[in-house]
Amino acid sequence: MSIDLTINFWLLLVVKVGLIVGVVALPLALVVIFGELKISAHMQSRIGPYFAGGRFGWAQPLADGLKFLQKEDLVPAAADSSVYRLAPYIVLIGTIATFVIIPFGPDLVASDLDLGVFYLLAVSSLGTLGVLMAGWSSGNKYSLIGGLRAAAQLIAYELPLVLAAVAVVIQAGTLSLSGIVEAQATTELFGLNIHLPYVLIGQGVGFAIFTTAVLAELSRIPFDMPIAESELTMGYLTEYSGFRFTMFFLGEYAGMISFAAIGATLYLGGWWLPGFDITSDAMKFIGPIVLITKVMLLAFLFIWVRWTWPRLREDQLQTLAWKWLIPAAFVNIVATAVFKVAF
Amino acid sequence: MARGDGASNGFPLVGLLKGMKVTFKAMLKKPVTINYPKEKETPVARARGVIALDPEACTVCMLCARECPDWCIYIEGHKEEVPPSKPGGRPRSRATLDRFDLDYALCMYCGICVEVCPFDALFWSPEYEYSESSISNMLHDQQRMTDWLETVPDPPALESS
Repeated sequence: MSIDLTINFWLLLVVKVGLIVGVVALPLALVVIFGELKISAHMQSRIGPYFAGGRFGWAQPLADGLKFLQKEDLVPAAADSSVYRLAPYIVLIGTIATFVIIPFGPDLVASDLDLGVFYLLAVSSLGTLGVLMAGWSSGNKYSLIGGLRAAAQLIAYELPLVLAAVAVVIQAGTLSLSGIVEAQATTELFGLNIHLPYVLIGQGVGFAIFTTAVLAELSRIPFDMPIAESELTMGYLTEYSGFRFTMFFLGEYAGMISFAAIGATLYLGGWWLPGFDITSDAMKFIGPIVLITKVMLLAFLFIWVRWTWPRLREDQLQTLAWKWLIPAAFVNIVATAVFKVAF
Repeated sequence: MARGDGASNGFPLVGLLKGMKVTFKAMLKKPVTINYPKEKETPVARARGVIALDPEACTVCMLCARECPDWCIYIEGHKEEVPPSKPGGRPRSRATLDRFDLDYALCMYCGICVEVCPFDALFWSPEYEYSESSISNMLHDQQRMTDWLETVPDPPALESS
């Protein structure tokens, strides 16, 4: 944000975080929760939420949230109380911290770090620590297995995620997310005056790898082994109730949005709409709308996959990651680098 | 070991993509849900909703009550002297129905009573809206059983040849 404020740094920080949580993360999370309820219902020939709020059940996520808040905040007797209480906030912080560097427009970014992609990959793994804490401290065998599965999953998806992002960084020549958007809008294709997002010019495989890894990162089907309901009740969430469960729940959906926004920024051109000049004034106004549209398209893809595909076993995920995704990501990096040097 | 992920189904991922096509198509179709209290579902004509009684046809033979696996049918009757139809004949005794109750809290809708009735006094009706807030009200008395008779569809036509 380029608003020139001479106010206290900490006050500005609080305002920024409040804006990000209140204006971006929470409303979008509610929209995606509602979308998941409705889309999953229609994919199963049902109607889904219908009565809450008068029409279409639009108030269902709000009603669910209020219901969760009214529930008693239980801490099991066998739980490691302080760690158990802290875990949801670690998960949520890890998710919200990624919103800080996502550019919603030419000037609409809370903090445009030069090391954007690096920061992103570091912070997004924080959520797994919270999950492991939750699983370890709950004093419940299902929670423990769920937490350990989440940690094991990290070994599988983290490397393809990073390697896929590396190829984008090579192609763009910068780690800054705003820089990556700008590079996509200004890269000329074979000397022609055509600008396309990276998913169409060279990073198609990278995008597939990235999306697969993100699905694993978010513990969504087909990679939802940490909370596999049929085996582990709810995995690391088993003992949580009330406000802390709401934190996990919001964290999950805010995570979907943050990763969809990252995917949109790295591969789909971010807030830039192909065909527009990146420096035009129009982009300043439609930029946020373009990015949110791309985020919603990716969120729809996640929901679509979840309600269609079966769940993989833990060893199948490791096979997929280590035998297919990582070699493919390496080939992708090499190919990107060769093209970068040759053209 | 995780071998051949999707290998038995042709090219890998094809099955998953086919599945996504199915769910996408289902999403665009109209849901099959019926908004029950506001819209009513019309069951097929010969649905097994509730059992109706024709008291004129009943001979108090007790076959239905005895065959009922749940013993949910309660029948009482008495013998009546019927004067002779022709002068000089002898008076006949005829069984008369006093009570025919069916407890739907016990009934499991097997339809054996309807099957065994030798005089076609019991019928299936497609009506299904008779839920009660008290379990004791699930016992339908003879009057209520008879009232259901109006909702019984006509029997299918006999085959002509």
